[in-house]
Parts: sequence; structure tokens; C-alpha cells
Amino acid sequence: MTHGWAGHILRVDLSRGKATKEPLRLDWAEEYIGGRGLAARYLYEEMDPSADALGPDNKLILATGPLTGTNASCGARYMVVTKGPLTGAITTSNSGGHWGPELKFAGYDMVIVEGRADRPCYLLVDDDRVEIRDAAGVWGKVVSETEDAIRDETGMPELRVAGIGPAGENLVRFACIVNDKHRAAGRSGVGAVMGSKNLKAIAVRGNQGVRVARPRDYMSAIWSYHEHLAESPGRQGLTELGTAPTVDLVNTFGGLPTRNFTAGQFEGTEAINGESIKDNWLIANKACFACNIACGRVTQVSPNADKYMVNMHPRNWKVAGEGPEYENLWSLGADCGVDDMDAIVMANYLCNDLGMDPISMGATLATAMEMYERGLLNDEQTGMALRFGDGKALVAMTEATGFREGFGDELAEGSKRMTDKFEHPEYFMGVKGQEFPAYDPRGFQGMGVAYATCNRGACHLRAWTPGIETSGEYDPHGTDGKSVWVAEEQNRTTAHDATGICMFTTAGAPLDDLIPVLSAATGVDYTMDDFVHIGERIWNIERLWNLKAGLTAADDTLPKRLMEEAHKEGPSAGVTVDLDAMLPDYYAARGWTADGQPTREKLMELGLA
Amino acid sequence: MAKSLRIIPEKCTGCMQCELACSWVQTGMFQPSRSLIRVNIFDEQASYAPYTCFQCDEAWCMTACPVNAISIDADTGAKVVGDANCVGCGLCTIACPFGTVFYNPDTQKAFKCDLCDGNPACAVACPTGAIEYTESESADWLGGWAEKVNESYLTSIEGGNAA
Repeated sequence: MTHGWAGHILRVDLSRGKATKEPLRLDWAEEYIGGRGLAARYLYEEMDPSADALGPDNKLILATGPLTGTNASCGARYMVVTKGPLTGAITTSNSGGHWGPELKFAGYDMVIVEGRADRPCYLLVDDDRVEIRDAAGVWGKVVSETEDAIRDETGMPELRVAGIGPAGENLVRFACIVNDKHRAAGRSGVGAVMGSKNLKAIAVRGNQGVRVARPRDYMSAIWSYHEHLAESPGRQGLTELGTAPTVDLVNTFGGLPTRNFTAGQFEGTEAINGESIKDNWLIANKACFACNIACGRVTQVSPNADKYMVNMHPRNWKVAGEGPEYENLWSLGADCGVDDMDAIVMANYLCNDLGMDPISMGATLATAMEMYERGLLNDEQTGMALRFGDGKALVAMTEATGFREGFGDELAEGSKRMTDKFEHPEYFMGVKGQEFPAYDPRGFQGMGVAYATCNRGACHLRAWTPGIETSGEYDPHGTDGKSVWVAEEQNRTTAHDATGICMFTTAGAPLDDLIPVLSAATGVDYTMDDFVHIGERIWNIERLWNLKAGLTAADDTLPKRLMEEAHKEGPSAGVTVDLDAMLPDYYAARGWTADGQPTREKLMELGLA
Repeated sequence: MAKSLRIIPEKCTGCMQCELACSWVQTGMFQPSRSLIRVNIFDEQASYAPYTCFQCDEAWCMTACPVNAISIDADTGAKVVGDANCVGCGLCTIACPFGTVFYNPDTQKAFKCDLCDGNPACAVACPTGAIEYTESESADWLGGWAEKVNESYLTSIEGGNAA
């Protein structure tokens, strides 16, 4: 009997229409914990990294951690691990809601999807009953309608559904997998991988339980963990205002990338910050499974939003939706120069329902807007004026992208491929083909090395430096100490991602609180050192995977704009990113060679050689 | 005066900590399908409503039980299923107007909220204070609430606002 872990995986071969229940490799589970780590181990073992991301040889893994489905706040998370169609690298895309726990309750730690179905299908998992069903009735539907339709069609109102919208079906390279209508494994195009397999959704109902190994120790560890979380100002801030207050923090430091990173401060922040949302759009807080924070914002569009009405889906705009979160406020707002919340909320709902990543959506459109303003794209190509600040263009292009209509077909390829096609790659703002999120490294120098070295392309969640860079401990514009901190933080967050617990709990409870919870749940005595070591092991196996996929140290880089062009105004004026100073330190901190290869000694130390 | 469970739906965020705590008490595992408190999520209204047995004054589960397996706990006032007597016929689960008496296929007995002997785990676990265990004149506050809703509905019909 396993504790924490459910002890089984579900393997689904869509080419052969076969689903099998297999025992979990418990030795790997101990060494990689679960979620992101365990899935990376399976992917490393089973898949040729050079395979086409959108071909049948790519594997799609949806993996929970040992704490997913427990009451540990917030044990809601699952991780989607696959080859990303945006990056060509291993991607690890995380989501909350209720789907991950439901998979555990059905008795599985992870689902591995292989092959490609010859026509649209969806997977129904009801404990041991697994069916690959015809999706003719749901293909083409938006995310929210897909969930409702599958529940109706099966007569199972308690199903939890993770699936794709039109964007995933149309292989938009930044399509998401969305579960519980509003929670998304958002980045790197995991939804396109699902779409390429002709798989619309995985609907799950579970009636079993998650056991813990040492109940008494577990509960006492949980009480202290939850108490610290409840008391902390970080947690209270997230409950009160969600992630949106970050707009003001980041803007103050000149690190809010504006109009495709041509400025570091946005003049319209008052319209898009936490208070604005709370006063004008918020209806309620919403929690994921077992979450004591409830950072989720349920919002409603205002009557003024009628001017942004789109063709596809009039019913949906009358009701409540979720978000926008900080990242989306930035990508759909500041990065496109839009300060009209009605347009941002509408575009955000569209992203949720079409099933695509609002970060890449906004960032790709911002790139197109800059090229349009510079005369590098014309009306004939774009079909409409793409000027910074135009809310109508934002909403119209978001819809067009999900359906790959008109210029939306170009945007759907992501910023990197779009700028390459129109022969101006210098306007792509991202790393390894993935668009940057909402922090300008010229405001927070450490983000430069964090972005450049992240295994899944530009990402803010692997080492979020603005916290320490604004604490007074470090100079936000200097390079000293940044590389070492980033490498260490990447190890910590990576191990954290493997547990099934939400990263946002670290805003409140110290990481030390989580270790005894994990140990008591699994029955494996992890120390903090073990935990960080596991994070390092996972980071390195992801790196090895990427090297096999053909990526090199040359991909650990940043756009020239960040390294050569400084902002002219604001607190970050005059700063450029000195990656040349930071990257060697980073490789050294990792125990890698000067060209970014893990050394044999390092791999031995991590049990990878 | 007896204590009773009170739900304040406006405070609920839909996190399910109550379901997890309840299932832990019932099974020693985290198994929401065995929880005796259930959170109803009304997504489009952004409304979340936990509901469980409110220990009605006029307890139909007791009335319906053919073998008198449900008794009233002297300390808490909870209506408690006695496993020794329960024959698993399921009549109580049908009789309950709130759907808060359940049938456990593993034990083949009825099971329902027994207020955890006076320290309900759901109320302890709720991070937002949406579930309280407090003194009240009657445990049957839900009956009063239903009456109020009914009154306002009748008023709205008389006012010509009925849908």
C-alpha cells in the first residue's frame, strides 16, 4: 500500500485505442517526488527528445504529486510535462483547480498519453473504468461548453474535466490545457500537443482516498504549516487583492515591460492594478482545491464592455469569469499599451474559453503592434490597424488567433515564428521561442539570468527575483550574487513543483514547514537538503533532455534589446542586462562546463550517470 | 442551549477543506466522496455553498427508519446512526429533504453527520470562518432560513415580480 502516492499510472495509447493501469515506479517516486520531477523521469526514459512536438511520438504526461489531493494547502496542482511546440524544449506547465486531486482519487498519480487518435476523442476515467470515447459531440466547443457537454453526455455531473478549446484543436502554439473551466496549464503550448493527438479532454471521477503514512505526525505538521500561512502578510495580500498588486510594485521599479519592452513603466497602471479590479470588477474570491489563500478572482464584465462584443460567443459575456491575474493584466494591458479594463477582461475571458495562454497571446500581439507602428506590417497583412492601446484590436485579434482566422493565423504561431516569417526577429521578446512574462530584467537584473537559463523558455516561476531584489538585500540593477541565488532558487521551486503544492504558499509559509508534511505523507524521511538535491536532480534531467532535443548553451540567451538598449526614463533608466557577467557564474554554480553541459561529476552526484 | 452548525455561504471560497476534514474523520484518508459535508459550487454565480445535516428538530430520517437505528445524542443533540441496528435499507437517505444522509457501500450502512461528538472537524478546518459551530436557540436554523426565503418568494409573486 502506498501513502501520498496513489501507486499507479494510467497509460493511454491513442493510436491503438488502449488504456492500461500500471504500477508506479516507486523508486523513481522517492527520487523525484512526483509531478514535474517524476514526469520528467518518465519522459527522459521513454521518449526521443528529437521527436516532433506535434507528432504522434511526443508524449503528454499529466502528473500529480504526493500531496495532491491531501488537505495540505494548496494540494491542488498537477503538472503537464511534454515537448513544447513553442520551444522544442521539455515543458512543465502547472495547474490548480480540482482536476489533479480527482485523478488521485481515481487511483492514479499520472496519465501518460501516447500516439494519436485517428479521430477526435476524449478520455473518461471513473476509477478503474477507463473509456476512450468519441468526441464528435464536443469537438469545436469552447472550454466551458466542453466541460458542461461532457457532464451532460455521460450523465456524470461530478466529473472534473481538463481539456482544450478551439485554440488547442487549431494547434495554436501557445494553447493551454484548461481544467475546471478557468484553471490552466498555461504555457508553452501543451494544449496544442493535446490537440495534435486528437484528444479533446480527460474527464475524471474518483471515489477512492489518499492515505498518509504517519497520520499523527502529518496532522501536527499540517496545523503548524496552515497556521503560519494564515498569519503571514504575504498570504493575506494574496487573499485580499490576488496577484494584481504586483502591477504597482513592478512599475515602481521600472520593471513593468510596456509596449513590447520599449518602456519600463506604464502610464495606465491605475486602471489595471489590484484596487481597480477589487473596486470595479471583482465579485468573489475563489479557491482551488484545499487552498487556504483563495487568490482566484471571479469577475464580471461591465455593461460598457458591449463595445468589445465578439461574434463567437455572446452567451458567455453576461456571466462571471475568472481573472485577469497579474500576468494577464500586463500582457493584455501594459504590453499592448491598453489601459481599458473592459477590453482586458474580455480578452482574458476569450483566452480562457478558447484555451490559450494570455501571456503569449498579449506578448505576441504586442510584438505585432510594434512592427505595425514601425511600418513593418501593413493593413493588408494584418486586416486591421494594430496600434498600441487599441482595445478593439486586442479583443478582435485574440478571437482571431484562437480560430486562426486572418492575421490571427500568424499570431497563433507565437512571436518567435511570426517575427522570423516577417524577417524582423529582433522584435521577438522571449527566450527559447517562448515570450517573456511580466518582468523587465532591466528593472530586475536577476530575472535576466533566470529567464535565459529556464528549461522551458522564458518563465517567471522558476526563480522569481523581484522579491529579493526589492528587499534591500541586493541591488536590483547589479549582477552580484544573482546567478548563485537563481540556481539555488530554481532547485527549491523545482522540488516544490514536484510535491503537488501551489507555489503561492511560499508567499506565506516557510519552505521548512512543508518538508515534515511531505515526509509524514509519503513515509520517506526527506530533509531540506534532500529536497533541494531532488530539485537539482530534476533541473539537470530536464537540461539533459533539452540537450538531447538539440538545444545548446547558445539558447541560454536574451534578445539584444534587453542587453543593449536601456530605458531612457524612470527608475531603471540606463540599465541593460549584463548576461555575459551572470551566465558563467550560473554555469559554475550549477557545476556545469563553460558551455552549459552538466559535468560527469555533477551527474554522478545526482545519480544521473 | 444547544450548539449547532451554521453555514455562512458568502464567506465560502469553495476550497473543500471541510470535505477533506470530514472524510479524514470518516475514513482516515482524504476521500471527499465519503465526506458528509458537500460544497456545492455554482460557478456562474460565483457562489459556493457547503451543506450538511443541520440536525432538524423534526428529523425525517428518524421517522423513516424502520428499526429505530437513529437516535439523538444527549450531549450534542446530533441525530446519530447506530451501526449495530442499521440494516442499510436506505430509507433515511430518501427521507432526508436535504440529501444529507448517505449510504456507505463499504459498510452497507447509512452514515450521516454526528457533529464529531461536539467538535465538528469541518468547522475547525474552514480557513475563512464560513462554517461555525455556535450556540443557538434551535439547531434547526435552516428551517427558519427556508421559511424566510419562501416568504420573500411569496412577496415577490404578490408584487408581480415572479419570473
